[in-house]
Amino acid sequence: MSIVPALAIDGLGHRFGPRQVLKNVTFSVAPGDFTVLLGLNGAGKTTLFSLATRLYAQAEGTIRIFGMDIRERMLECLRQMGIVFQHPTLDPDLSLDQNLFYHCALHGLSHREAGRRIAAEVERVGLTEQRRDKVRQLSGGQRRRVEIARALLHQPRLLLLDEPTVGLDIASRQFMLDHARRLCREEGLAALWATHLIDEVGEGAKVVVLHKGEVRADGAAAELLGLTRAPSMRVAFETLVEEREAA
Amino acid sequence: MRPIHYLRCFAGIANREWLRFLNQRGRFFSALVRPLVWLAIFATGFHFVLGVSIIPPYETYIPYAVYIAPGLIAMILMFNGMLSSLSMVYDREMGSMRILMVSPLPRWFLLSAKLLAGVIVSVLQAYAFLAIALIWEIEPPWYGYIAVLPALILSGLMLGALGLLLSSAIRQLENFASVMNFVIFPMFFASSALYPLWHVKEASLLLYNICQANPFTHAVELIRFALYGQLNPISAVVLVAATAIFLTLAVYGYDPSKGLMARRAAE
Repeated sequence: MSIVPALAIDGLGHRFGPRQVLKNVTFSVAPGDFTVLLGLNGAGKTTLFSLATRLYAQAEGTIRIFGMDIRERMLECLRQMGIVFQHPTLDPDLSLDQNLFYHCALHGLSHREAGRRIAAEVERVGLTEQRRDKVRQLSGGQRRRVEIARALLHQPRLLLLDEPTVGLDIASRQFMLDHARRLCREEGLAALWATHLIDEVGEGAKVVVLHKGEVRADGAAAELLGLTRAPSMRVAFETLVEEREAA
Repeated sequence: MRPIHYLRCFAGIANREWLRFLNQRGRFFSALVRPLVWLAIFATGFHFVLGVSIIPPYETYIPYAVYIAPGLIAMILMFNGMLSSLSMVYDREMGSMRILMVSPLPRWFLLSAKLLAGVIVSVLQAYAFLAIALIWEIEPPWYGYIAVLPALILSGLMLGALGLLLSSAIRQLENFASVMNFVIFPMFFASSALYPLWHVKEASLLLYNICQANPFTHAVELIRFALYGQLNPISAVVLVAATAIFLTLAVYGYDPSKGLMARRAAE
């Protein structure tokens, strides 16, 4: 019996006026998979995330979340998704706790249940002592940790992270990566991690290379290395991106 | 999602609005000071200039300060409605709007909840103004304080819905200054807030017709009559219709596939 993918994108296209920013994008993410969506700035990663979260309306192709078409069952799809956006989305004038309680309310959780889950998630990202601090007082790394904790509060089964490590120092980046990978490994979450940083593709990760709105490669990191006969992921990526341009 | 989830979501949105309000004490202060300045200076200065004859709902000659009090209450509601829409533009620029928009509840509900949350804060300020206005002997009958509540809510919803609609159309925070010039001031001055419309009719029939068509006039009149325990049915109907139209257009404006969000994304 085949497993229903957490995220299945098929023939997805999108235009901004005359400009085609996504072309026939097709790939899937299975439960428990940590998939890196690798692409340079402007490759179409954020547009893809905006389509998957219904911030933009989708016209070409289909997006399915655990088999549900987002055009037909958007609200149920949103319930299954935890999202970390590229740009910070915390309210800097509210405390860490207030931001998280707000998120729980938006998902219809009771105050008691919200309190329980917030305590657990905040502890996992090591910010228990900062719960009453205003977000403005937190460092960039701490804010990102709060955002990943928030994305998990409604217990989603699919995690979408759009460039979650931009602007972070090495330790914070590593924390975010380790945390997301652990969630996939230990809790069976599916994660789509968009980045332009090639060194974030770890061993065993699945990689989707997106360039100029098209999927250039889709497979395990080791497979891509084999396919391009490259000694490193960086060379493999450059080869994949250049190949088509040369052609 | 069951009704309890909707209720919790609304409580969360209202709580956030309240916390933001508490964090911006200056906003509360200026929201109160603005109408009080009008009352203390403008109304005193014009006390003998503008003759106010006996017009419903008043049963006797009234001081000018009493006449403009409902207009100033509506002014509080309007500024709050616009500030609330300003916060939507701020939210969109800061990204926190995305969190609201990806909540698993229908978009019309989220926008309406945001609107109603803003109205609750506005209504509290309107009552604070009424309490301070006692100093100027603006003393409606006791039942007027209760009867005015639905009028405040309805007027607040209409003005908030207008703010919501504007926020879906405003691209950047800076453009909000134009809202002040092209929406708030014309709406306020072309209404019955500062002068009875029969005065206006004597001066200009065109302006009188504009004032009559202005939904802000009807907000002022609904509040004015309600303060004396009376219902102004025409104003109530106009406000319900205007709220429905503004809110529908705002929901349309925030729809990613149809409204301005789509056009903005395309730019």
